[in-house]
Amino acid sequence: MGLWFSLFSIVILVLLVVGGVEVFSWDSLFGVLIPYAAFVIFLIGIIYRVGKWAKTPVPFRIPTTCGQHKSHPWIKANNLESPYNSLGVIGRMALEVLFFRSLFRNTRVELMDGPRLVYGGTKWLWAAGLAFHWSFLFIVIRHLRFFTEPVPFFVNLLEGMDGLFEISVPTFYLTDIVIISAVTYLFLRRVVIPQLRYISLAADYFPLFLILSIAITGVLMRHFYKVDILSVKELATGLSTLNPVTPEGVGLLFYIHLFLVSILLMYLPFSKLMHMGGVFLSPTRNMANNNRMVRHVNPWNYPVKVHTYEEYEDDFRVKMKNAGLPVEKE
Amino acid sequence: MSSSAKVIAGLIIFLCLITFPVWYNVVGGKASYTPELKIISEEKSCVESKEFMRIEHMQLLDDWRNSVVRKNNRTYIAHNGKEHNMSLTDTCLKCHSNKTEFCDQCHNYLEVTPTCWNCHIVPEENKL
Ligand code: HEC
Ligand code: HEC
Ligand code: HEC
Ligand code: HEM
Repeated sequence: MGLWFSLFSIVILVLLVVGGVEVFSWDSLFGVLIPYAAFVIFLIGIIYRVGKWAKTPVPFRIPTTCGQHKSHPWIKANNLESPYNSLGVIGRMALEVLFFRSLFRNTRVELMDGPRLVYGGTKWLWAAGLAFHWSFLFIVIRHLRFFTEPVPFFVNLLEGMDGLFEISVPTFYLTDIVIISAVTYLFLRRVVIPQLRYISLAADYFPLFLILSIAITGVLMRHFYKVDILSVKELATGLSTLNPVTPEGVGLLFYIHLFLVSILLMYLPFSKLMHMGGVFLSPTRNMANNNRMVRHVNPWNYPVKVHTYEEYEDDFRVKMKNAGLPVEKE
Repeated sequence: MSSSAKVIAGLIIFLCLITFPVWYNVVGGKASYTPELKIISEEKSCVESKEFMRIEHMQLLDDWRNSVVRKNNRTYIAHNGKEHNMSLTDTCLKCHSNKTEFCDQCHNYLEVTPTCWNCHIVPEENKL
């Protein structure tokens, strides 16, 4: 259901561009207006979602931990697994964001003959996820060559690493192969494993199809149905200098690519892809496990009226003395 | 309170990164530059049409190379029937003898770094 719905949506989106650019020549709609609108929606959406999360009160300190927390000096504490200060939190967060450390611990339960219950590690999701995200980052940084002039030095550096093998002309980028294989794996995983298929929704298939279509149109443009890169750069620098132009004859494939990217940008803040910002705002990950050192005050606690023992004694001192009860203050 | 300061700092860092092309071009101030491709050849047209050459010249060169190196076929018959010797140095760079003002202009602008010149000779260097 969700699968076909997502696939169908992508086809409709592509047909929209084909109609708009080929039939009506709405070049400036697809080349300028929609990309700008998408970028603005992307930024506002991110700020809105992050702001909403930041305003949500956290009643308890709830970091998830899997290491020895700090107690006596002679018990070795593990600052990465159970961070007790900001340095530990930052270190753990960095490992999580850059290397998906918690996903690395992914385990799977299987019922073997016997019957025997077996727990084993599964690293496939971690490996494919990591490969996908890093390739995506590399590709986005390499795309800066369209948006900047002069092109910053690190773009050339990445191009050199990425096209290391110099296979074919123009060079095939390794990250292109990696991103397409990784996303294909992430998709097949949802279709082939029955339990995963059961819980997969359109919201899971759609981003996968969208990213896969973006990568495939990109590769097609580079190797099979070439577009005029000089005009692409004119258009792209026009966008980034707020001086938009739509050169003639850039090529339909480019507009499809750009439109799908715009859809991705608009979709991101309002979908599960917002985990990009969410990981930083997860209380289970961004808090230190220091309950015994720092008091965590529940933000929605109202002030409790307290009547201390001293005040109690003040109220009843005479009566207490008369009854022969001991008092602290004479 | 300190946590909202952290969130705002994070958002500002994110905005700085994501708008990199915008402020980089403002600081660099060269983004309005487009390469001027000087054609100094006396001939009126390229091997194939201009539109084809702009988009497909790397493909054409790759085909030429394969044809020469693998099949020992050095003659290319263009769509207009003209014959060309399939050679990077002797054909392309004979007409486009201003490599730095033509090929390089465009390649530098688009951050393309062909490795061909590691082995192939650029004619001007011969004249020196
Ligand atoms: C209109 C701009 C333009 C001009 C002029 C131009 N090129 Fe290119 N060239 C490109 C682009 C763009 C690419 C890379 C295409 C891509 O990245 O998809 C390229 C790629 C190449 C490649 C393949 C490089 C690789 O390894 O990926 C070769 C070889 C090449 N050009 C040779 C030449 C020669 C020789 C000339 C001069 C006679 C020339 N080009 C002039 C735009 C140009
Ligand atoms: C007979 C001389 C001649 C030869 C040989 C030749 N060119 Fe050209 N080339 C031209 C001319 C003239 C133009 C301009 C065509 C026009 O404006 O219609 C041109 C245009 C081009 C363009 C398009 C520039 C633009 O503004 O988009 C490219 C790229 C190019 N040539 C690359 C090559 C490559 C690569 C080779 C070798 C395979 C080659 N040329 C061989 C004469 C030649
Ligand atoms: C490792 C060195 C080397 C590199 C790098 C190289 N070539 Fe060549 N190329 C050769 C050799 C050797 C020949 C054979 C020369 C011959 O038989 O005339 C050749 C032949 C060719 C030919 C046909 C003959 C001629 O005179 O040009 C073309 C076209 C060609 N190469 C294009 C390219 C292009 C385009 C690139 C860059 C993408 C490139 N080559 C990179 C070594 C190289
Ligand atoms: C989420 C953002 C994007 C992703 C994931 C993406 C992905 C890709 C991929 C995988 C390729 C194949 C070649 C390569 O890796 O360089 C490609 C090529 C290309 N992309 Fe994108 N892209 C994105 C955004 C954009 C944008 C905003 C533009 C507008 C300028 C653009 C224009 C192009 C062009 C012109 C090519 C062909 C490059 C060539 O021929 O060398 N892309 N894209």
